[in-house]
Amino acid sequence: MKAKSDQHLFEAYKNSLKREKRIVISWQLSILIIFFVLWEIASKFYWIDPLLFSSPSRVGNVLVEKFADGSMFTHVQVTLFETLLGFLIGTIAGILIASALWSSARFSKIMDPYLVIMNAMPKVALGPIIIVALGPGYISIIAMGAIISVIITTLVVYSAFNEVDPNYEKVLKSFGATRWQCFKEAVFPATLPAMISTLKVNVGLSWVGVIVGEFLVSKQGLGYLIIYGFQVFDFSLVMSSLALIAIFAAIMYKIVEKLEAWLIKHST
Amino acid sequence: MSFLTLDHVTHHYFSKNGYTKALEDISLSVGEGEFIALLGPSGCGKSTILSIIAGIMKQTKGSVLLQNEAITDSELPIGYMLQQDYLFPWKTIIDNVLIGPKIYKKEAPAVKEKALELLDEVGLAHVSDAYPDALSGGMRQRAALVRTLINDPKILLLDEPFSALDYQTKLKLEDLVSQLLKTYYKTTVLVTHDIGEAIAMSDRIFIMNADPGSIAKVFEVPVELRNETPFLVRRHPKYQIIFDKIWKELDERAPDSEGAEAT
Repeated sequence: MKAKSDQHLFEAYKNSLKREKRIVISWQLSILIIFFVLWEIASKFYWIDPLLFSSPSRVGNVLVEKFADGSMFTHVQVTLFETLLGFLIGTIAGILIASALWSSARFSKIMDPYLVIMNAMPKVALGPIIIVALGPGYISIIAMGAIISVIITTLVVYSAFNEVDPNYEKVLKSFGATRWQCFKEAVFPATLPAMISTLKVNVGLSWVGVIVGEFLVSKQGLGYLIIYGFQVFDFSLVMSSLALIAIFAAIMYKIVEKLEAWLIKHST
Repeated sequence: MSFLTLDHVTHHYFSKNGYTKALEDISLSVGEGEFIALLGPSGCGKSTILSIIAGIMKQTKGSVLLQNEAITDSELPIGYMLQQDYLFPWKTIIDNVLIGPKIYKKEAPAVKEKALELLDEVGLAHVSDAYPDALSGGMRQRAALVRTLINDPKILLLDEPFSALDYQTKLKLEDLVSQLLKTYYKTTVLVTHDIGEAIAMSDRIFIMNADPGSIAKVFEVPVELRNETPFLVRRHPKYQIIFDKIWKELDERAPDSEGAEAT
């Protein structure tokens, strides 16, 4: 009898959770639909200038057309490839530099002012110099995607290294561990969660770097489409590129989030 | 013959604004298989002594000899247990235990077998593949003990290893540690601020002064108490006598009477 009423309460609790979830999702969908409907209506009745702000139906037409002739696939591919590579290079290089800083207290003291300057520097301002140095092509754009996240990764990971409880090292040192062994066995694994959370930030940053890079120099990619659409006053094209960027950036972020959950589960 | 010797050891901590003398003129010697306790208020440099013996810190003056060899040249493994277990949360219990052999590059199937035997001895065989956060505080500290014992250390340094445990667990662990150390004939230095624990576990007790840390007085624990388990020592008639003596000694050095001494 008692167990039955316990079960009953549990069912009620589960139902209330489900109801809450349904309410949230229906609100989320409503906002999305209302936004697009209002946009379409506003454009149709000239409340906003359709030449500047386009409309969902026009953006949809552009997308269908460009995907049908295959040209959009190339642009998406190029941008995704550049972003992914920039993100990986920036993150890995940042972790490597942070490890180098950790390995020598003196080196880290020497580098301190330079890191501060490089961190404060708006990285996109380096764009023209990077293009001159590396040539107008993929490499420059990937470099933009990487450089924008490398310094912040270095700083975040380095400070995480320093926050590892020194007693872990003490334990290892009492076994006669070298500094490298301390790093490998204690400092690096203890910092893994912090490193993974920088991944999430870096995904967003790499998109910024790559899109700005494509603005400056390129003949392909979503950033190129935005600039091209702007120059020929085709704002439906601009809007459709924006929509694709939003979708793919969100997907990438979600993948990193899943990766984070998986890594945390399997590393601790 | 003395196994571990500290000869006029002094240690300073330096900072930009000056220095503090953590230890002054510490001389003591410990025989092989002996168990000594350093007892004193917090901030009297007890843990600093252990760090110096472990070779993690270098004293600013004096010398430390382990089997007549300077500690820095000595290749003897040292076992160090801290207040908390500091088991690596991303490693299983058995991998935690085998971290020492991994660093000494002595990983072998035989070592793993020995590790499992030791885990069995402390009642942890069933959790050897579990992660530390699945274990209770007492179990974790037992795993940490096995992690030090697996390296067959010639000397064990215990830095208040029972202070973070609840009273019952602490008493049980004291008995286990004491029995294991006797079985393996280990030389041990225990740091504690618990008078009862010092009496229950050790052969000699060094009372320490603070600011700078120095040895104030040495108490010999009566022979009758030395061979009992820590749990039974606490019920022995002689326990209260020596407890009172040490209490009085420490009470006279309590911080509130220090002001009077200084004038």
